[in-house]
Amino acid sequence: MNLNNIFSEIEKVDPEVHERFSTRRNAMKMFANLTGKIALASSPVLLSSMFSKAYGQTPAQVNAVLNFALTLEYLEAEFYNNIVGSAGYLTANASAQGALTKIRDDENKHVAFLKSVLGAAAVAKPTFDFTGGKGSGVGPFVGYLASYPVQLAMAQTFEDTGVRAYKGQAVNLQSNKTVLTAALNIHSVEARHASHIRQMRRALDVAVPDSEKPLKPWITLNYSGIQYPPAQANINLSYAGEELTTQATVSIVGLGGAYNTAKAASEGFDEPLTIDQVLTIINPFIV
Amino acid sequence: MENRKELVPLEKGSKLNSYGLQRRNMVKYMGASMALIAVGSACRKDNDDDGVDLGSGDVGILNYAYALEQLEAAFYERVVASPYAGISALELEYMTDLRNHEVAHREFFKIAITAAAPSMIIPSLEVDFSSINFTSRASVLDAAKAFEDLGVSAYNGAGQLISTTGNGPAYLTLAGKIVSVEARHAALIADLLSNGSFAATTDANGLDLARTPAQVLAIADTYIVTKINASNLPS
Repeated sequence: MNLNNIFSEIEKVDPEVHERFSTRRNAMKMFANLTGKIALASSPVLLSSMFSKAYGQTPAQVNAVLNFALTLEYLEAEFYNNIVGSAGYLTANASAQGALTKIRDDENKHVAFLKSVLGAAAVAKPTFDFTGGKGSGVGPFVGYLASYPVQLAMAQTFEDTGVRAYKGQAVNLQSNKTVLTAALNIHSVEARHASHIRQMRRALDVAVPDSEKPLKPWITLNYSGIQYPPAQANINLSYAGEELTTQATVSIVGLGGAYNTAKAASEGFDEPLTIDQVLTIINPFIV
Repeated sequence: MENRKELVPLEKGSKLNSYGLQRRNMVKYMGASMALIAVGSACRKDNDDDGVDLGSGDVGILNYAYALEQLEAAFYERVVASPYAGISALELEYMTDLRNHEVAHREFFKIAITAAAPSMIIPSLEVDFSSINFTSRASVLDAAKAFEDLGVSAYNGAGQLISTTGNGPAYLTLAGKIVSVEARHAALIADLLSNGSFAATTDANGLDLARTPAQVLAIADTYIVTKINASNLPS
């Protein structure tokens, strides 16, 4: 399944999904240089009404975002369902197995929860190819079931991507406070998972490039902390843009003291991904 | 300055009501910052017993976040300045990172709120860490866990209080950029206390906790001497 196919799946339950997301994208572009634009605006009232139009979400728009989230949760849940009990998993110690089982359970709960919220509007689960081969079964992660280090590298990438994906959609859920809060409550759980998987990878110390050590529970610059040449370019997409050290025009480097280096400044803030960026990242895994 | 309730005119037809005061404030705030669209009434510090007023609207929420980041940053500054007995090199590395991140958050809010609404930023808060034994690993990590989980639940609960217009959506994204880092911290601290407990707080749906400002401030009260008035925050 390619990007358009994912949209067509969502279109089955939301015929205007393309329009909704392009409106959102346009709105995000307007935010690109927030402070500058607002300083230039002569009429705060006019600007405010412009944003209110851009962000006046309908229930269908909220559902489109929820279906996007559900697609990601389907991916994560099936991934962990596959690896728990696999040959690679069985080489890990008991605490690592316990952690992967706990994360598997959380992701399956997220799927059930989002399906219950969406009801009849929920998209069907796609068919996945976790080798990253789009259905060929021989993509760059072929053999992942037998390799615990590859499983952890994939888990880290999925979790960090999930965090960035939810973060990017929060503004598209503002019209429904209950749904927004629920999405935020999933977002932080994905971050907890990412933190733990990263600790597991640091302890294992396999496929972590020396130049990106130490691997931390948070994201340093745009480092993936993963060395996996067969899929390196795709993995790197999940970390592109994380090196940001300026937030809302405030430069974070040096704040509070010299210890706030570019690395520390980038770690203190996670960055959002757009729907298109996320779909590009997960596309190889969807048949 | 009176609190918000007193700004509501009590008698119909009364010419001399407190709207006059509200208008004066509006003029002052608008003159102070063109960047701020949706301003609410707020004051830097009350002279009466209401304590520090976080204010209203989005700036009130930013002040709320700034208050919590002040608490976290002050805590980790102290942990790093005099680490607990027997701290490992790895744990010291982590505590130093946490200090760096939380100080960055605190200083970011200070600059951002000052730029957006210089008359509305809350002052530095006086903290009280007397309940924490900074020489004890267990005491420090317990407090760190409390602070990080509190921070995550606070941001999760505050998201829906941010406005949908003006700078609101941008503020929501900023809060999202910070809360996931707090969640990464929370998971790490939980794991240091008991490996594998990184997401032990999730409910039956696999969701994290969200708390209202009132719930958060009631918990944070133990560690903050300065009285905080959150009564004007959006709800």
